Amino acid sequence: MGMVTNLFVKDRVAIVGAGITTFMRRALETPRELAWEAARMALDQAGLTLKDVDCVVIGSAPDTFDGVHLKGEYLADGSGAIRKPMTRVYVGGGTGVFVPVSAWWHVASGLCKTVLAVGEEKMSPAHPHPQYVFRYIWDPIIHRPLEPNLIWIFAMEMRRYMAKCGAKKEDIALVSVKNKRNALDNPAAQVAANITVDDVLKSEVLVWPVQELDVSPVTDGAAALVITSENVARQVTDSPVWIEGVGFTLDNQHWENRELAFPRYLNYAARMAYRMAGIERPWKEIDVAEPYDPFDYKELHHIEGLMLARPCEAWKLLKEGYFNRDGELPTSPSGGLLGVGNPIAAAGVMKVAELFWQLRYEAGKRQVKRPVHRAVANAWGDLMQAGTVIVLGN
Amino acid sequence: MSVTKLPGTKLGSKEMYSLPGLVESAPQAKYDFSAGPTISRFLQGLKEGKILGRKCPRCGRIYVPPRDYCEYCHVALTDWVEVPDTGTVHTAVVSYISVRRERLEKPEIIGVIRLDVPGYPPNGYEFAGLFHRLCVPPEEAMSDEVIGMKVRARWKPKEQRTGSILDIECFEPVR
Amino acid sequence: MPRRVGIIGVGWYGFRPSTPEVHFQGMMFESSHRAYADANVDPRKDVDVFVDCQEDLWEGIAITDEFAPEPIGGTLRPTFTVPGDGLLGVAHAYMLIRSGLADVVAVEAHGKPSEIRTLQDVYYMAFDPLHVRPLPTGNPFFLAGLDAQAYMQRTGASREHLALVSVKNRTNGLKNERAPYSARLTVDDVLSAPYAVYPLTRYDIAGFSDASVTVVLASEEAAKRFTDKVVWLDGIGFSTETGSGAVEWHAWGRMLSMRDAALMAYKLAGLAGSPSESFDLAEVEDRFSFMELLSLEELMLAKEGEAHRLLEQGHFNLGGPLPVNPSGGSLAMGVQLEATGLARLLEAVLQLRGEAGPHQVKGARKAVVATWRGVPTYTSAVAVLSAG
Repeated sequence: MGMVTNLFVKDRVAIVGAGITTFMRRALETPRELAWEAARMALDQAGLTLKDVDCVVIGSAPDTFDGVHLKGEYLADGSGAIRKPMTRVYVGGGTGVFVPVSAWWHVASGLCKTVLAVGEEKMSPAHPHPQYVFRYIWDPIIHRPLEPNLIWIFAMEMRRYMAKCGAKKEDIALVSVKNKRNALDNPAAQVAANITVDDVLKSEVLVWPVQELDVSPVTDGAAALVITSENVARQVTDSPVWIEGVGFTLDNQHWENRELAFPRYLNYAARMAYRMAGIERPWKEIDVAEPYDPFDYKELHHIEGLMLARPCEAWKLLKEGYFNRDGELPTSPSGGLLGVGNPIAAAGVMKVAELFWQLRYEAGKRQVKRPVHRAVANAWGDLMQAGTVIVLGN
Repeated sequence: MSVTKLPGTKLGSKEMYSLPGLVESAPQAKYDFSAGPTISRFLQGLKEGKILGRKCPRCGRIYVPPRDYCEYCHVALTDWVEVPDTGTVHTAVVSYISVRRERLEKPEIIGVIRLDVPGYPPNGYEFAGLFHRLCVPPEEAMSDEVIGMKVRARWKPKEQRTGSILDIECFEPVR
Repeated sequence: MPRRVGIIGVGWYGFRPSTPEVHFQGMMFESSHRAYADANVDPRKDVDVFVDCQEDLWEGIAITDEFAPEPIGGTLRPTFTVPGDGLLGVAHAYMLIRSGLADVVAVEAHGKPSEIRTLQDVYYMAFDPLHVRPLPTGNPFFLAGLDAQAYMQRTGASREHLALVSVKNRTNGLKNERAPYSARLTVDDVLSAPYAVYPLTRYDIAGFSDASVTVVLASEEAAKRFTDKVVWLDGIGFSTETGSGAVEWHAWGRMLSMRDAALMAYKLAGLAGSPSESFDLAEVEDRFSFMELLSLEELMLAKEGEAHRLLEQGHFNLGGPLPVNPSGGSLAMGVQLEATGLARLLEAVLQLRGEAGPHQVKGARKAVVATWRGVPTYTSAVAVLSAG
């Protein structure tokens, strides 16, 4: 793969603050206001102000949701980018984890000491239904004439995973049950609930095998992180959370030319991040994970891509309670996208924020029942293409 | 985090649409996409009732759908090859909702078809394939037997073909 | 001692008002293929990270990032999209190399405005939906008109001076094969044309052209493995003055983001003397004629209010002490949407290599490149280059 491992980084890079808005179906706040709320909360937690921030990185997915072209420019002032270096980064749904990943090299390069990393998404403006925006993600010539909707592609992947790995709907539904229950302890949660596998199996069939309760909702929300150099981190906090590994990969757009049961692109990204973090046996060395879960089967898919379980094995471990908050390797203790909500770019930042709080033992009722030192989060995006991974440690 | 009330004000659907100062904006964003030489030729092939693939002069891979370039060798693809319009079903699903999230009267059956294009290992990670409709009843699409089922393209009659992916009506089982 | 970053390859395709013979991915393939050939690298083995610069609504595809990796050799590699000008992608490349995460980074940016049927409407979509979009403003470039007015009032520059910029650049472009809008223009032609947006006529505003540009950057040691021909990226700066929805916070008649970006770039480049004496040429923002003069001021290549006087004296002409936009700038080459900054960078790199041909600035050793993202943004980027 040809990636460099000898880094010129003298200073490590740390997360010192995190902020998050309520995740909701419709927010009164404008996109800029949502970004501001999350950014302000993150700065407050870090004990810093905008004056201390050198650089800003913004993550937001399709401009078509908020309904503003050049969305990064629009969100700039809400995200603190006033007379500051700012860029926006974008890898579809993978953006949420990619925002802190790119903030990492802002600091590691020596260019910036304190970076405000903001993820925001407001899906509710899209009329008649935000789902319709996904009409435009397909290849305009080869795919669009078939009028695909987004859920088709997930359904196809879920079906392939079920066929190849022998997982049944009731096995996969356990992810939804676990995450929505975890979310009951998350004040940000939009769709936390105590549901059963039966509830999932009785919910509306959208695109078989995908049913209503297998899917995360449409959400408005924002989340932010303050990322600094080691020097600054030591001045502002006793418990910095170090960014130990970053990884990202983008596969081609032709998802109809690949095996859909295993996310190869995520695996490449995970290997890149683990190599940087010096992790050789992730299934042993990772204590808690936030794998991206826009659909319930996706969490299993990603657990395998992240090498936290062997391919086709995750659903079996799930049944044994392995991934519960009181299990061997808790996943999505936050409640994930299925429980908290899915404001595309902000969702990934939310997951990283959750691991930040977990590693500082500040997650309250959501704190996992085992000591935590190393954690991994991933996000996924585009047409089954983007894998972004971040490894954190305390 | 010790905060129990996070920032953000929830709105119900009726509340949102009766907000004072609500602004409606219907953007006009229209584009004309050039297909380029490769896709143009591919569409022409569909009009003629053929599925065309394009070959990499370096590694020999035949791409369907064809591209201008080989993503592995990063060189321009050259030879055109007519590939069989038969294949096996890689995955299949049944859709009950439209692109606008409305209930469909008649469910749509779609999937990914792994085409019988030479050069790819039989159960390899990568293959030449198409995303298209399947002409099977919903119950069959949901059965275990459909995965790996042999299918063939059902072409629209010549007069109805326009040079589009829809010149293939669907893929139907080879019985 | 921070790692030195150099440009080891450039490639381009297009620079024409329309390119119907290619799909946009075809353009990306062509420019990247040429850049890799120029840099003597195998993208599948030697390039560590791929950066693509595109915006959804310019492309007509939601999540345009999906189409990024394949054509530029980035499939299954670390690839991502920066929705922003190509120079912002170069800033990421600089940071990636400086951090040590990558040795070689490819940056691609393209624009295919010919395929946007409703270009003006897409521009309107960038405006704040609550406060600006509902206003009946006729032409989205009204914001540039307001800035032009404020600039002229502050500095005493006249419409004639603005016209002189257009004349200089469109004439320079006649020597540049990448300049479809070049012309033998006179000040009279410009002044007698009707206003497009007061005080600007159609000749004061750059047209649009399609192009893709790819740049390959590498650390000093990595560069040695591939080529002797290196142009050093001594400094890069980027800044945002305010959000496009907070127009009222913009300092009218100024482009503070460009000044902030210049200060950042000059600091990294360790510029010894004054900027006005540090460079042999400048490729700067000129998609509106007044922007060239404003850019020169914000880049500190001219004192406040002095740019138009120096222009009059021929200071910035092709044969003058500091040639500005010897390529013809955007006024002659067109605006390629987010690839515009890389077009400026491309021209500067060719100059520093002595490969610019008929519009070569003799003995060019140091150059400054500056870009603004255009209406309705307040974001700029600046790069400082020196010949290897």
